[in-house]
Amino acid sequence: MVPALSIILIFQLVGEVISRALHLPLPGPVLGMVGLVVALQVIPPLGAIIRPAAQGLLANLALLFVPAGVGVVAHLPTIAAHGLALAVSLVVSTLLAITVGALTFTWVARLVGSNPDD
Amino acid sequence: MTDAALIWSYLASKPLLWLAATLIAYWAGDRLYRLARCNPIANPVMIAVVLLAVLLWLTGTNYESYFDGAQFVHFMLGPATVCLAVPLQANLAKIRKALVPIAVALVAGSFTAVFSALAIAWALGADTGLLATLAPKSATAPVAIGISESLGGAPTLTAVLVLLTGMIGAIFVTPMLNAIGLTDWRARGFATGVAAHGIGTARAFQVNDTAGVFASIGMGLNAVLTAFLAPLVLQLFL
Repeated sequence: MVPALSIILIFQLVGEVISRALHLPLPGPVLGMVGLVVALQVIPPLGAIIRPAAQGLLANLALLFVPAGVGVVAHLPTIAAHGLALAVSLVVSTLLAITVGALTFTWVARLVGSNPDD
Repeated sequence: MTDAALIWSYLASKPLLWLAATLIAYWAGDRLYRLARCNPIANPVMIAVVLLAVLLWLTGTNYESYFDGAQFVHFMLGPATVCLAVPLQANLAKIRKALVPIAVALVAGSFTAVFSALAIAWALGADTGLLATLAPKSATAPVAIGISESLGGAPTLTAVLVLLTGMIGAIFVTPMLNAIGLTDWRARGFATGVAAHGIGTARAFQVNDTAGVFASIGMGLNAVLTAFLAPLVLQLFL
């Protein structure tokens, strides 16, 4: 547990330092994630150390959104003022993005001969 | 002061109460979600948020006091984002086999999500701060919150918009793509992960395993791409 958490926090820490030092648009934890993918490829034993902790954390990922979500109480006036704009924007853009993404994937897969059954 | 008032003043000044309340509210939300047979409308996070918001209102507690306790849960978003590397790396072989469709669909889906959301909200009169808050809404919550912060948006409102985006995707994706007649589970899952992050991914795993794996790939890649794309697309509307 302690080695796993240490490794995860080291990657987050390094990501945060690089992101701030180079003024990158990527948040530190995302850089940490990219770094960890590379590290897992290069040093396979790393996977066995962090996998249990990572899976435990990811299995309860939804819980971690709750404190930020409760922040909605501080934004009720904004939501009341722009409720329609937000609602239309969220519904249309989400459904449009799924449709465009899925159609593009299917179309390009056919074009390059990438078969679903491979 | 009475005993009850003394106990309350102790609880109101320590993180214990709201940390416990956050976990219990999520537990209740998760139970209700399972009772509703995992129907995406009964999203456990949304239920927990509503329960806690009502509790804060009833006790006259402000968000800052609540967050003093809940910040320990919130902090874990960063490590959890780093942990997304584990499923992503485990699926690298699958990503390699469908590399071209994944790359093109990622850019198409991610750009559509950010651009159409901003264009609609802008046309309906949203101000700059609200656009910055809205731009990263298709990315997974920890990443979206980070992007919103760096763009000058309201991260807590972004968190709620992210949740709603995921719920909208999870509720509509299956009937909508069935109506269009799309049958490639890789395409369906991937597009859902890109547009509706973790909540869409959870839904994809319920429907089909291949869709679920590709949804997690889409979510992970879009977390990275949105961080680059959101600031660029936002520039178009300033």
